[in-house]
Amino acid sequence: MTPGVPDAPVLTAHRAGLVGCRSCGRVWPEDQADCKRCGAALVPPDRRGLQKVWAWWFAGLIMYVPANLFPMMRTQTFAGLQGSSEATILEGVVELMHYGNYDIAIIVFVASIIVPMAKFVSIAWLAMVAGKPATIEQAHTRLKIYEVVEFIGRWSMIDVFVVAILSALVQLGFVASIHPGPAAVSFALSVAFTMLSAQSFDPRLIWRGLPLRSRTDDMGQD
Amino acid sequence: MRDGACAGPQADYLAGMDTPEPYDLTTGRGLMACPRCDALHVEEELETGETARCIRCGGVLAKPRGGAFTQLIALSFTTVVLMMGAIFFPFLEISRMGFGNATSLFGVGMAFADGVLLPLVLAVMAMIVGLPLLRAFLLVYTLAPLAQGQAPYRHAARAFRWSELMRPWSMAEIFVIGTAVALVKVAGLATVHLGPAFWAFCALILVNLASRGFMCQTTIWDAIEDAGLHTDGREMARRPAP
Repeated sequence: MTPGVPDAPVLTAHRAGLVGCRSCGRVWPEDQADCKRCGAALVPPDRRGLQKVWAWWFAGLIMYVPANLFPMMRTQTFAGLQGSSEATILEGVVELMHYGNYDIAIIVFVASIIVPMAKFVSIAWLAMVAGKPATIEQAHTRLKIYEVVEFIGRWSMIDVFVVAILSALVQLGFVASIHPGPAAVSFALSVAFTMLSAQSFDPRLIWRGLPLRSRTDDMGQD
Repeated sequence: MRDGACAGPQADYLAGMDTPEPYDLTTGRGLMACPRCDALHVEEELETGETARCIRCGGVLAKPRGGAFTQLIALSFTTVVLMMGAIFFPFLEISRMGFGNATSLFGVGMAFADGVLLPLVLAVMAMIVGLPLLRAFLLVYTLAPLAQGQAPYRHAARAFRWSELMRPWSMAEIFVIGTAVALVKVAGLATVHLGPAFWAFCALILVNLASRGFMCQTTIWDAIEDAGLHTDGREMARRPAP
């Protein structure tokens, strides 16, 4: 089968005066508040839901600033005699490259710098164009981007786990010890907030702007 | 939900279907909306191995597997057993100049336990231990009666919905990649040995992947519905919708 044949007329739950449950797919009359099958709240595909996306997005962005400015962890060798070093996310990557661990450096760089940035940009873009007129091809691209963002968001947690493991493991008293820095918390929060932001985004909005058929009369409905 | 079984815009387009009124456009009975693009589909029982895709966005709507419930229950029990091992056996061991330290998963969590970082401890422990365990329990609770063809327990629908909500937050596989990065970072500082808990975690990833392959949410929702909770009228053809 070919998904989304351009000229195939499609009836959506919204157009039929119904509302579909995002949790289990069951369809209910539009005035129903909760899905009787799975208990989830029924939400119509509506641009008002984007406020939640933006709220989490800004929360994530705010936490992302200290996450990059403050150190992720503090390493003490020989009780500080041989120096204690603090490393931010970026410095951690540089350090890994310095020791020649290019593959691991790339993983950390992608997971904690590229992915969060790309996520902020993609979610903001999706939220801005949601519900605006689009072609079928554009809608498919947007859905793909949304799915990638949703899938990849959690992987940014790698750096938080690395700090957790290292500071639990490297407690060798006098010889060496590692402690987590303030950026670990703010980075974890930033990742969690952007995950919530991506989850609040309703992918059905991507398809709202499509010219379903030649009818345009219910476009200004909400 | 089978391919092409879409509710077209004209009602007469669907009028010629075999069963009398398999769906109802005013109450939503017997219909299914794609959670990604809102396209309406007429629900149809799928054979094992068939895949239903959305006619609009192409996303998978349902993909039932034979014996999936039993498999999922077995995999959930496996998760619990492996997680027990992963918690209590040493995770990594480190030594340098006679100073040694072995850490279990609880040790990893407790590393953050001083002061401000306490919430992070709880979050990290929840993501790598708590949620995977809880999801396993919820899944068994939901599926155990269904696998025997009995009515589901009370609140089975809520249990399964919560289990699905927790899915993105259970991060065991990310934790293992984190371990690999940590190993490389610490290699210059000290000698590291992998403990049994690490391998338990690697096994957990495989179990998780297998579980995901068997999981078909639509099938489970249908089973919960048909086995005694709210019926949608499709099974008892003549009952009016509530």
